[in-house]
Amino acid sequence: MEFLAKAVGAISTWAIPLLLAGIPAYAFARRVDVYGAFVEGAKEGLQVALRIAPYLVAILAAVGAFRGAGGMDRLSGWLAPVLSPLGIPPEVLPVALVRPLSGSGSTGLLADLMEAEGPDSLAARIGAVMAGSTETTFYVLAVYFGAVGIRRYRHAVPAALAADLAGFAASVAIVHLLWKP
Amino acid sequence: MALVWMLLLVLAFASAAIDGRMDGLTQGALEGAENAIRLAISLAGILALWMGLLRVADEAGLTRKLAALLRPVLSRLFPEVPKDHAALDSMALNVSANMLGLGNAATPLGLRAMEQLQTLNPNPRVATDAMVLFLAINTSSVQLVPATVIALRAASGSEAPTDVIGPTLLATTLSTLVGIAAAKLLARIWPKGTPTEER
Repeated sequence: MEFLAKAVGAISTWAIPLLLAGIPAYAFARRVDVYGAFVEGAKEGLQVALRIAPYLVAILAAVGAFRGAGGMDRLSGWLAPVLSPLGIPPEVLPVALVRPLSGSGSTGLLADLMEAEGPDSLAARIGAVMAGSTETTFYVLAVYFGAVGIRRYRHAVPAALAADLAGFAASVAIVHLLWKP
Repeated sequence: MALVWMLLLVLAFASAAIDGRMDGLTQGALEGAENAIRLAISLAGILALWMGLLRVADEAGLTRKLAALLRPVLSRLFPEVPKDHAALDSMALNVSANMLGLGNAATPLGLRAMEQLQTLNPNPRVATDAMVLFLAINTSSVQLVPATVIALRAASGSEAPTDVIGPTLLATTLSTLVGIAAAKLLARIWPKGTPTEER
């Protein structure tokens, strides 16, 4: 376990610096116009941020209202007896439930969770790892099957949800292992 | 999502009515909206940096290189797809674009893979085992660096925004393995559907 924690920590620390130096160096050696390519990509990044801004307003305002009205406390109070024994902070549940349905929705909820509990809280960390390790399952299935006219999904939904559930369980377990005070 | 959003607002109203916290509701909504824009602005910088870097990687041919590494693995996972079939190339490119976090590039590649898998389908309205397995891999997320999550953490003042990279990698590997196992196991017991009349 000690080794695992060290290895996982090392990946986290080294990944970005290595990529930040390695990718441009590698690309330059292959005669790519690295600066021009970077600027082109950065433009796209700005567009992404602009595109998700209205979704963030929609979600954060609604969740803010719900929280301000005491709804979140009420919900947590109901769910805590079921979830706490499993090591799942009740605050994570909204992110987990919306994650398979909507990417921008779950991003907004995750942002709200970080704001409310602090980004380095156990709940926000579980939410972060889970959001990064699962996908917008129903959206992907609808788009991909829809594009080729498949009507019967057969076992696609249960298989994809099994993966999501595994990702969620793994997130809870790993975050507990590494950061449980 | 429309239903979830509407319910949040209606339940907030109900909860506020019961507890007499209408002013809390209003304040929460206004603060939320304000936070959203602050967040979007901090996100913009980090996402621009990351997507710029990804574009450099893509132009250097890293996506293709990764796809070449993945192809033999996929070929083993999809025994029903002929080894030289174009669907394998499209799937390999789609998965590697997803691994690098190039969502916009990944989707058209994935749709092309679905079309090519459809040519192997005896029953064009019913999903094949290969399609289900491909989507199980696709929806379990194989992203190597969760850029948006890191950007969110940085924007909300985390002390170490990137310290979720390792845990995320571990969790996403597990979820992908479970997705593959579930697709393979369920394929054995799930009915294939009756062939259509015109065939």
